[in-house]
Amino acid sequence: MCSEKIRKLSYSLAINEAFHQTMERDTSVIFIGQGVKSPWYVGDTALGLIDRFTEERVIDTPVSENAMTGAAVGAAIVGMRPVVVHPRCDFMMYALDPIINEAANWHYMSGGHSSVPVVFWGVINRSGEQAAQHSQAIHAFFAHTPGLKVVMPATAYDAKGLLISAIQDDNPVVFIDDRWLYRTEDYVPEEFYSVPIGKGVVHRKGKDVTLVAISYMVPEAMKAAEELQLKGIDVEVVDPRTIKPLDEDIIIESAKKTGRVIVADVGWQSFGVAAQISALVSEKAFSSLKAPVKRIALPDIPAPASRTLEKAYYPMSADIITAINKMIVD
Amino acid sequence: MCPVHLYTGQEAVAAGICCHLNPDDYIFSNHRSHGHYLAKGGDLKKLIAEVYCKEKGCSRGRGGSMHVYDLEAGMMGSAPIVAGTISLALGAALASRIRKDNRVSITFLGDGATGEGVLYESLNYAALKKLPIIFVCENNYYSTHLPISEIRVSDQIYKVAQPFGVKTHRVDGNDVLAVSDVAREAVSLCREGQGPVFIEAMTYRMRGHVGPDDNIQGTHTDIRPKEEIEQWRLKDPLTRFEKYLVENNVCTQAYLSDIQECLQKEIEEAHHEACQDAFPDSKEIAKYVFRENT
Ligand SMILES: Cc1ncc(C[n+]2csc(CCOP(=O)(O)OP(=O)(O)O)c2C)c(N)n1
Ligand SMILES: [Mg+2]
Repeated sequence: MCSEKIRKLSYSLAINEAFHQTMERDTSVIFIGQGVKSPWYVGDTALGLIDRFTEERVIDTPVSENAMTGAAVGAAIVGMRPVVVHPRCDFMMYALDPIINEAANWHYMSGGHSSVPVVFWGVINRSGEQAAQHSQAIHAFFAHTPGLKVVMPATAYDAKGLLISAIQDDNPVVFIDDRWLYRTEDYVPEEFYSVPIGKGVVHRKGKDVTLVAISYMVPEAMKAAEELQLKGIDVEVVDPRTIKPLDEDIIIESAKKTGRVIVADVGWQSFGVAAQISALVSEKAFSSLKAPVKRIALPDIPAPASRTLEKAYYPMSADIITAINKMIVD
Repeated sequence: MCPVHLYTGQEAVAAGICCHLNPDDYIFSNHRSHGHYLAKGGDLKKLIAEVYCKEKGCSRGRGGSMHVYDLEAGMMGSAPIVAGTISLALGAALASRIRKDNRVSITFLGDGATGEGVLYESLNYAALKKLPIIFVCENNYYSTHLPISEIRVSDQIYKVAQPFGVKTHRVDGNDVLAVSDVAREAVSLCREGQGPVFIEAMTYRMRGHVGPDDNIQGTHTDIRPKEEIEQWRLKDPLTRFEKYLVENNVCTQAYLSDIQECLQKEIEEAHHEACQDAFPDSKEIAKYVFRENT
């Protein structure tokens, strides 16, 4: 890759670029959902798309999540490649039927005859005292469902590459990002590239603790790792990037090396992604473990409104540092 | 501060409807619920404290501006999931039917909520069982950034109720007396077992979708033409009603000014107190996930 073609780009503009490049290459790609016209909903992720690809292919919709998501599934069944956006995961609840009952099961139910190349894009849009119905992270529901792939990029590079992979995949892919990541920047090549679904990445090598971080917890994990380095604790930060299918090898390999695993997720703790990874590690790396696996996730509580409660609700780098210190001392 | 969807401009709808309700009638509402709550007899201080997410708020700072609850006032809950509480009001009406308690349930919804299928499912069932529910659709011509022409072929929302056999009205939502006339009849029909009723109230919000000018996320997205906003300012429901009262010698302008002064004081005091109030204690974050069984 020639270096002059690599420049820094924000996470949201990396998504935007993925749209421009896929829609330009493949006329079957359409972008549909509530608010695609409005930066209030989708930030700058849709910048210039209507001007370039017209409202035929960039479709703002009435508030009809169930029907619009179903329409995306139907269009996919007959050969389009729709991306349907839900500017908050909370609004996606109305669309669980087309996502789970229909799209996820479709290929299997048809005995492999029919397929659904659709991307369900949901944005985690929390905090700001927005409370329980404007903050939820429900990636674990989707990862629990057979037939859905679930990706959660944490960097601008991965956002572009994984969105391109998701659009090109012949199966329904749930693409979940976090509004808190939109302003983060990364080196993003201008050329069209993809990041493989199902492949994790080690953002930082270390020998003392494996810190598996999901989505927005990746920058928090990196912050924690840097601080701990000053105290001589060497943290390896692993980002699965895809929740399902999970890159088990990258996690197990790291767990075997360090013997200590902490998982930081943006969803609720119980029955969630952190629980799944914890189970995986105890099944496949048990004899290497020097300590029980630790989960850092949201408590099993609805998102509160008040800022004092929010502060206690959302784990940040300080909580990771505390957990790692405790694990090392114990 | 939490996202606040101001009711300014639409006051006549809540006032005209709720003045016919008993304290134990039920209302369910959406994200723009402050006016509904106050008109139903809500407590201003508890409301303002909730907007500041304080422990003394009507939802104890757990819900914020978009989740207003006050069971004593018959405010059964508001939720910003568009159309999210329509079927809940349906259920409350069903309960009233089963318990024969003669209550009426109101669901407040916006024009945007006509996009959600649950409205039609609820209309059908309410009509089928003649439930005591009034669907109050506040048509303010916009759902966030989309004018009604971009979400529906017809802006005549009241007609959506017709195929279900639901009695339906369209009313000037900025004329409190007109709203009240329609509501009086709707409420009594519901009490007589002749519900449901659909009311479309034509109105306009004088502020942005959220916050005073939509600036909550740093982007100015109120796309409504300035002239249009000014046109509607001339139809402001409060000035209109004041004019009516004075012209018909119901009261004097001085009397109205006195009321206004009192209210202004009350509002300022509520804000002042709410600012002083304590936030919820973070040690109590897990309280209210479940109710303690008694
Ligand atoms: C299920 C769902 N989808 C999308 C949204 C985002 N949203 C918030 S308010 C709103 C539009 C509401 O318009 P309307 O019902 O006309 O009420 P108004 O704001 O005009 O009072 C939308 C789409 C939401 N809150 N819930
Ligand atoms: Mg509206």
